[in-house]
Amino acid sequence: MASAISPDNPIYRRRRVVNAILLFVSGLTLLFGLFWLTWILVTLFYEGFNALAPSLFTQNTPPPGSNGGLLNAIAGSLMMAVTGTLIGTPVGILAGTYLAEYGRRGWLAPATRFINDILLSAPSIVIGLFVYSVYVSQVNHFSGWGGALALSLIVIPVVVRTTDDMLKLVPDSLREAAVALGAPSWKMVVFISYRAAKAGIITGILLAVARISGETAPLLFTALNNQFWSLNMNAPMANLPVVIFQFAMSPYEDWHRLAWGGAILITLSVLALNIIARALFRR
Amino acid sequence: MSEKTQIENPKLKVQDLNFYYGKYHAIKGVSMDIPGNKVTAFIGPSGCGKSTLLRTFNRLYELYPGQRAEGEIRLDGSNILAKDQDITLLRAKVGMVFQKPTPFPMSIYDNISFGVKLYENLSRGEMDERVEWALSKAALWKEVKDKLNQSGSSLSGGQQQRLCIARGIAIKPEVLLLDEPCSALDPISTSRIEELVDELKADYTVVIVTHNMQQAARVSDFTAYMYLGELIEFGATDNIFIKPTRKETEDYITGRFG
Repeated sequence: MASAISPDNPIYRRRRVVNAILLFVSGLTLLFGLFWLTWILVTLFYEGFNALAPSLFTQNTPPPGSNGGLLNAIAGSLMMAVTGTLIGTPVGILAGTYLAEYGRRGWLAPATRFINDILLSAPSIVIGLFVYSVYVSQVNHFSGWGGALALSLIVIPVVVRTTDDMLKLVPDSLREAAVALGAPSWKMVVFISYRAAKAGIITGILLAVARISGETAPLLFTALNNQFWSLNMNAPMANLPVVIFQFAMSPYEDWHRLAWGGAILITLSVLALNIIARALFRR
Repeated sequence: MSEKTQIENPKLKVQDLNFYYGKYHAIKGVSMDIPGNKVTAFIGPSGCGKSTLLRTFNRLYELYPGQRAEGEIRLDGSNILAKDQDITLLRAKVGMVFQKPTPFPMSIYDNISFGVKLYENLSRGEMDERVEWALSKAALWKEVKDKLNQSGSSLSGGQQQRLCIARGIAIKPEVLLLDEPCSALDPISTSRIEELVDELKADYTVVIVTHNMQQAARVSDFTAYMYLGELIEFGATDNIFIKPTRKETEDYITGRFG
């Protein structure tokens, strides 16, 4: 009997043909996706680099027809992103810790995880509307606090999810070893689990920051915008996404340029955060 | 069990112990006395319950939902399965080394000092001494004394396992549980650990789970043969290996099992 293992084997030939077709199709779809991504990036960098100038960082948003920069929007974005992260991160880490370390029995952890996943994929405009109705409309004015609050609500599910996932990657054998030495469970969590999952948890925080630095909808309903320099968190606050939205929609050429400048600033900082996160995680 | 082996001043007294993984009955009515300052080996085929039995001695199973033990285990007379037993204190008294090395993600020095700091307030100098003492006991000091600040996971597998043993004895427990400590190690590391086990019994009560019958014969004073959750035979290692009283034990140790 002829050997079944030969290049003429019909099963083998068919497999090679299918493989070639699949490789071709998946390569094609890859190119399709990359094409649009490259187009977006090329346009952004082409228009954005023209707009990049020192004045972006030294002057406030101008009235139409005069020179200006994005200083107040950059400052406002930074303040709200930092405040939102400071509120959201501890809540997220503690909740994620509960899910991974303590919620092993009962229904509370699975239910929380499910709701958190819904929150994670909730449209950010819903979060903006939520903060608008429970906070902004109660105090009767737009404010930086409202913006920070909305951003923190976006940070929380991201951090909960990554903390939960990263702690679950810590092998139980490490926990058993710590507990077997007579460590109470909080020391096991703080000194062993956190230490083992540190890079992953920090990566999650950075990704959450990257996520909120481009969010427009939640700020539109909460911080709104401010044409002037203001660090007052109790007043409407300028921020890059809403400035980009307003300026890009306007009929004025110099506002368009500033919008491109803002867009490239956000893109570059998100890129930087992602690179840092990757470098951290790889270590 | 036909005849109960008489043990003088037992360190651990197991009485009618039953263990359940959910509904699965993993240990069935085991009673045995584990002598102090001796090495006791648990042998038996995979899944016979020897590791499970070991994990009841420090109640490690409680980390997982659905696992429970019934019966009595008396450590120096007091029932450690009782509800009022302080579980972290129990685990400080009953140390454990696992099958796979589990160095903590910290320096070699901190791997040792972590457990010590849980129960003792030592000065820097005293801690240095303790770390050296534990690492020397575990026959690792010479190899690591110049790199105590390096990560514990930078060591080789055999060194990591000796680090884990050092970590276990650094807190000066009374009982040391070894759960197949050599199964992932090369023959040289294995023989080092076996020598170490022999030295340790001067200060500790050692219980070792092993798949390797030669190892049980070499290191232990007493041997328990378990099968399907039951204790088939328990006695002095020499008796078990030379003239076992039960046919099942004889079949297993002579390799005629199954």
